[in-house]
Amino acid sequence: MNEIFTRIFAIFWKDMLIEIRSKEFVFSVLVFAILELVIFSFAFSIRANMADMAASGILWVALTFGGVIGFNRIFAVEKENARLEGLMLCPVDRSIIYWGKLAGSFIFMLAVAVVVTPIFLILFNLPLLLPRLALIIVLAIIGFAAVGTLFSAVAINTRARDIMLPILFLPIIVPVIVAAVKATAPVLAGKAWGDILTWLQIIIAFDIIYLVVATLVFEFVIEE
Amino acid sequence: MSNKRALRDNALLGLGLVLMVAALYMVFVYVPTEKNMGIVQRIFYFHVPIAWVSLLSFFITFIFSILYLWKREMKWDSVACASAEIGVVFTTLVLITGPIWAKPVWGIWWTWDARLSTSLVLWLIYVAYLLIRSFATEPARGARYGAVIGIVGFIDVPLVFLAVNLWRTQHPTTIVFEGGVTVPMLLTLIVCIVAFTTLYIILLVQSANLKIMDADIKHLKGMIQAE
Repeated sequence: MNEIFTRIFAIFWKDMLIEIRSKEFVFSVLVFAILELVIFSFAFSIRANMADMAASGILWVALTFGGVIGFNRIFAVEKENARLEGLMLCPVDRSIIYWGKLAGSFIFMLAVAVVVTPIFLILFNLPLLLPRLALIIVLAIIGFAAVGTLFSAVAINTRARDIMLPILFLPIIVPVIVAAVKATAPVLAGKAWGDILTWLQIIIAFDIIYLVVATLVFEFVIEE
Repeated sequence: MSNKRALRDNALLGLGLVLMVAALYMVFVYVPTEKNMGIVQRIFYFHVPIAWVSLLSFFITFIFSILYLWKREMKWDSVACASAEIGVVFTTLVLITGPIWAKPVWGIWWTWDARLSTSLVLWLIYVAYLLIRSFATEPARGARYGAVIGIVGFIDVPLVFLAVNLWRTQHPTTIVFEGGVTVPMLLTLIVCIVAFTTLYIILLVQSANLKIMDADIKHLKGMIQAE
């Protein structure tokens, strides 16, 4: 068991080291996500105390499309210098490669969310300390990362590389988006737990199902 | 083509023809007009079987995608792909006949209730299936990626339905047949479902066979060119 974690961590840390040294990836996605919020503010004439549902929706669109832009990169880097073949030469189960990449995707999306959410809360004049929002975001990001990592591996090997990822990714994560938006709205309004738990259950169910399915199916995607 | 296969295909075609004619007769002549919605309600007898066939075809794609990844024989992939193509056509029809029915009855073309939303997402997922197959760099890869999408996409369907259903329970907008569904209506519906399922099977068999023959020809061409 320890072995598996070590291997996953090795793949994960490789990606982290590259990112820490080059710093190119996270910053560009961050800037993009912030720009999204700005555009939405102009497009929807955001006022400080807008309705919760609209605010909730805007946050999740910003996070989703930031994710879409980012996931393209997850496996695109592996195409250079035959790095994916190098990874596959490692004597590990293919699904370990998936989990290593998944950890990287999760951290990347978390980094985006950590920056974007406070800016969003400030723009909408909402309370900054919202632990429930943090919970919803973490759970939803697990789902995004699970699906995004898998489809990133699929999309980079096709001809219409950049557009293929959103086309694959967005329909599949509709349940997460619906549940996350509906769960976030009462949290932003400061309401009680109530319905939120049901929505969280949907997100958790999605996460578990897709983590399992993607783990099983990943080896078919990257085989030569 | 062997005689037995020709016989089977023609028998299937004949059966399908008889069922379709019977269905058309029942829908337009036999069944009485529904009380509240009037003539427009007759779309129901096409809309529901088409929706059923689209779900069936994606389920078949799901099963045969698993079979292909397991056995790696091209014929399983041909069936999965053929089924997905038919499924996209039928889902498109659902998304067209639905609003045509909805506009006179509900006054709106579209609403985001569970069934419509799920149909739309289903359409998007399987269009993505077809796109990934055509954008793949080689056919074998396309088959593999398609199989992955066929599996992953089908699992999403109940999740989407669940999420949107929960979302929309605050605004129920189901169609209610006042006076319930009478026996002639039920009979007509059943005949239509059988007729459309037979149509699906005919299309599937023809399309899958074409794809298999196509793959065989490519294989033979490759062998000739290699010499």
